[in-house]
Amino acid sequence: MWRYTARRLLQAVPVFLGTTFLIYALVFALPGDPVRALAGDKPVSPSVLAALHQRYHLDDPLLVQYGKYLAGLLRGDLGETFTGQNVSDLLRDRWTVTAQLAVTAWLFELVFGTFLGVVAGLRRGKAVDTAVLAGTTLVIAVPVFVVGYTAQLLIGLKWQLLPTAGTEDGWPTSYLLPGMVLGSFGLAYVARLTRTTLIENLRADYVRTATAKGLTRTRTVVVHTLRNSLIPVVTFLGVDFGSLMAGAVVTEGIFNLPGVGQQVFQSIQLKEGPVVVGATTALVLVFLLVNLAVDLLYGVLDPRIRHE
Amino acid sequence: MTRLVRPVRWGAATLAALLAATACGGSGGKGKGDATGADASYSVALTEPDHLTPGNTSSSYSIDVLNGVFDTLVVLDPKDGHPVMQAAQSVTSGDQRNWTIKLRAGQTFQNGEKVTAQSFVDAWNAAAYGPNGWANNYYFGNIEGYPALNPEDGKAAPAVKTLSGLKVVDDLTFTVKLTAPFSPFPMTLSYMGFAPLPRAAFSDPKKFDVHPIGNGPFQMDGDWQHNQQIALKKYAGYKGPRPAAAGGVQFKIYANKDTAWTDFQAGQVDYMVNIPPAHIPEAKRLLGDRLLDTPSGTMDYLGFPVFDKRFADPRVRKAFSMAIDRKAIVNAVYNGAYQPMASLLAPNVPGYRKDACGEACTYDPAKAKQLLTQAGGFNGPLELWFANSDSTYEQWMTAVANELKQNLGIQQITFRKIPAADYSSTLSGRKESGPYRQNWVMDYPNAQDYLEPMWGNGNKMGWQNPKFLDLVKQANQAADPAAAIRLYQQAEDVALGEMPMVPLWNWTDYSAYSERLQNVKVDPYITLHLDQISVK
Repeated sequence: MWRYTARRLLQAVPVFLGTTFLIYALVFALPGDPVRALAGDKPVSPSVLAALHQRYHLDDPLLVQYGKYLAGLLRGDLGETFTGQNVSDLLRDRWTVTAQLAVTAWLFELVFGTFLGVVAGLRRGKAVDTAVLAGTTLVIAVPVFVVGYTAQLLIGLKWQLLPTAGTEDGWPTSYLLPGMVLGSFGLAYVARLTRTTLIENLRADYVRTATAKGLTRTRTVVVHTLRNSLIPVVTFLGVDFGSLMAGAVVTEGIFNLPGVGQQVFQSIQLKEGPVVVGATTALVLVFLLVNLAVDLLYGVLDPRIRHE
Repeated sequence: MTRLVRPVRWGAATLAALLAATACGGSGGKGKGDATGADASYSVALTEPDHLTPGNTSSSYSIDVLNGVFDTLVVLDPKDGHPVMQAAQSVTSGDQRNWTIKLRAGQTFQNGEKVTAQSFVDAWNAAAYGPNGWANNYYFGNIEGYPALNPEDGKAAPAVKTLSGLKVVDDLTFTVKLTAPFSPFPMTLSYMGFAPLPRAAFSDPKKFDVHPIGNGPFQMDGDWQHNQQIALKKYAGYKGPRPAAAGGVQFKIYANKDTAWTDFQAGQVDYMVNIPPAHIPEAKRLLGDRLLDTPSGTMDYLGFPVFDKRFADPRVRKAFSMAIDRKAIVNAVYNGAYQPMASLLAPNVPGYRKDACGEACTYDPAKAKQLLTQAGGFNGPLELWFANSDSTYEQWMTAVANELKQNLGIQQITFRKIPAADYSSTLSGRKESGPYRQNWVMDYPNAQDYLEPMWGNGNKMGWQNPKFLDLVKQANQAADPAAAIRLYQQAEDVALGEMPMVPLWNWTDYSAYSERLQNVKVDPYITLHLDQISVK
């Protein structure tokens, strides 16, 4: 398993180089002069234009720019934004927010999703099952901004149960509402996946054997059936954790959470290469790590799976 | 089976408990904003600024904050826009070219340093020095010595670092020599870009940008927390004309104005400016007289590529102008929140005439069609140009397109939606092939700030009129403000007579405040009077 892990980690190096270059090139290819764009309709003196172009290496060809960026990266210097902010500080702040949001949403999915799935699966065809089915269909069908604004208006504004926006109250208070909104979609998937695989496995021979041996219903369900039903759920949760970290531009926007999603969105508009590359590269790494963790978890859940 | 039912209730109960527990956090989360009395502070919704060094930002969000931290040399009278001394004691000139600025004695920066003539001269030199790359560099272009600090190609470093037109006479006096007589000069000094800087701004510019130290009634309370907040507290050593009435101001930064509006409704923020037009009907219903409105200096225009043969005839441009129903578009797209305009100047500019444009800006489809026929009609496809930065641009351009189709019979109309980053340079390069959206945000309320940059030399329309240029030049030299205004108006008439660009509407600034605040006044020149507001 260690060799497997090491191999997977080594594979991350070319992926890292490839993505940084690709993203850098994409940002480079965006049309428009970022310095002029920052000034809007106001005139920019040629001397200022030249000075800023030089400061941010905007006149260099792509490969030279990328080379300078990589050289900085090796020294641990992620560069500067057009407003003179240090990119590593910026990303650290942003990642803190996004990580808190993602973890909240993810826990929400995990706990309530599997729970609803198990309930529905065990009471198949009953009212609870139908309700879960209908509820999850609704959540999947409605776009996230509708869920977001509705939740904000009802829970935040009308009933004043949770803050409407911002991170002022810290974790978890500030993150509960956006986390629930962001996690609602995944929750629906997790609930459905859990339900389906659980129902399938409840019909399996080993369950009948376990019941015949006289095990309690709880033990049969929790220890035997659920564990075997979790593999697709874990896969989904793993991949979903990655996409939650990818920043929820819409949710972050509605709830005014200064996270990575918003930053990348703004920086693409401003053509801020170092920020876009820094943020997305970190994301790629998160994805790689999460996938590795998921693959390793398979082995824990199903001893038949071995990593060589 | 029954066992599994219990956890459902338990789960619901925890969720409810969790919601209830955090509920107090929700409504009590205003922090220090909860206090009352003279030391109480209030909160203001803001969009993330770019910089907080006065010379290096032209963003209105930065200026909203800096207005609390810095005293500019002059401020503008809210009634008629004439300059009133603030950090200056007097701004005088005999020939409109050589200006003497005397400072009010006894001012200190918030770190104790004295405000001297040198503080201004240093600040202006830094902004005017090209290699610094400061946003307000351009505003120093009419001071003598500017070219030496800004070589055209920008490659070689300039040999000098100071403007030859600035001279320190004594501790409280300095002189400014301009390249040409310019009567609106005192008015321009109300712009934040001309604020003084203490020595700390040069010893550690990075630190200063997140923790500016000024000469105004408020000082920074901790560093700028990017994308979260900027806190100000009352500066005890302030001796100027506008001491702070409240103990402090907390700017809460929102990435999204709609969210700010929701938060305002939830009572999480006390004051909000620039409420999006989409929320105005709701705001009127909810707030009554706690919703304030004032015309802003921001205008939208429709410009024509006069260099294109098809738009060379003024009658064609006039026909387009008369085919557009400004009132209907403003009502449909901006909920009636903006004002249709028949003037090139915004209503808060001295010299504004409500109906300067007259018939040519009045909706009259029959007359428009007639004019276009007289001019020989319009041939070929029509392209309308705008930037993709806001969805309302496409909405109103669609309305314009429909009206042109209906009223002038132009059938083939397409949109050219340009990435915001490219828009300005596309127009400056005269690459537009049809009418385009032009927006203008005022720097200082003077007719010159509209006429010269947009209709003067090197304009985007490719329009050239020696008479116009001459009138503006004369106005710039006039010693008497009233005489200057008359000349600017004549220049405006010349531009309106030929209509290379037609006015559409003026943006109205809407601001709203919570019941906690008192003495909130709006002013056409300063968005936020941070110093006047107090907490009940």
